[in-house]
Amino acid sequence: MSDHSHSSGSHGTFGSLMTGFGLAGVLTLIPFGLVMFDPGWSRNLMIGLIMGLGGLQVLVHLVYFLHLNSSSEEGWTLSATIFAIVILVIVLAGSLWVMHNMNVNMMPMTDGNMGGVPDLPAAGSGHGGHE
Amino acid sequence: MTMIDTPITGPIKGPEGPEHHPDHHEHHAHHASPTPIGFWIYLMSDCIIFGTLFATYAVLGNGFAGGPGPKDLFEPGFVFIETAFLLFSSITFGMGMLRADKGDVSGLLRWLGITAVFGLLFIGMELYEFRHLIHIGAGPDRSAFLSSFFLLVGTHGLHVTFGLVWMATLAAQLKWKGGLNEANSRRLGTLSMFWHFLDLIWIGVFSFVYLVRLI
Repeated sequence: MSDHSHSSGSHGTFGSLMTGFGLAGVLTLIPFGLVMFDPGWSRNLMIGLIMGLGGLQVLVHLVYFLHLNSSSEEGWTLSATIFAIVILVIVLAGSLWVMHNMNVNMMPMTDGNMGGVPDLPAAGSGHGGHE
Repeated sequence: MTMIDTPITGPIKGPEGPEHHPDHHEHHAHHASPTPIGFWIYLMSDCIIFGTLFATYAVLGNGFAGGPGPKDLFEPGFVFIETAFLLFSSITFGMGMLRADKGDVSGLLRWLGITAVFGLLFIGMELYEFRHLIHIGAGPDRSAFLSSFFLLVGTHGLHVTFGLVWMATLAAQLKWKGGLNEANSRRLGTLSMFWHFLDLIWIGVFSFVYLVRLI
């Protein structure tokens, strides 16, 4: 395949496709490698690395496979993407925040009393329902 | 206001037949179709659907109800092969698009066929995994964790399945309905966006649904 000189732009070139493939491949191999051949790092570092590399790979796919740039469709493609990302951040961060708050403020549940109506051992020790 | 600014000399539109929009030729030759941006906006709304499903999984992902957890159920090697199949299918689709840019329909159809094979392998592995999980009693009815897992991964799998149906339809259109004409090129461009988008969503799935739960 030596066709990398004159294609019509919007679908990229063989070179850019292979660059994307290489980058995406490496960014896929590293997180799987981290999980399958555990280097013994701290849990938080591993989670940060996996999610960070995933975010990077999303960018690689957007640029090299979906050909997202600031000039296509006079910038409307990028605007729609940024708008979607804003909504996504609100939905994801908002859900986690609200549900975390709820879990913290709800009465403690264990597997034993899950679903049942818990009777509080002492009325004075309630540290949940204050607003 | 009509588009006709030349002297009216009778029927000047649609020499290629009724399928063509008459005013797309002479006067609007450089005007881009609105389909790509419209389809992109659809993809972004789809992205938000997946976002809500990811949020659901994030919230419910620890609700095991005494049932099996990720470490009992997920196999990173298995997910890695699935991931590789989907990434390869993205690359082969890209190769097909390069053939389409050259006007090479048979080359495009060959690459679309390879893409479909990788897509089918991916779907096959996913169905095998689902069947296995349900078989060992870890179906979507087992716990909130598994409900949200099946919902998110299943929705992605459904998208891939419909992408394959679309690919088969488009291959037939390319072969028997005019090759790389304007309409089919537009369809090919949108399917390309759809297919790459599904691979992009899968990055979130393998990172967030599988890998971080296996640490």
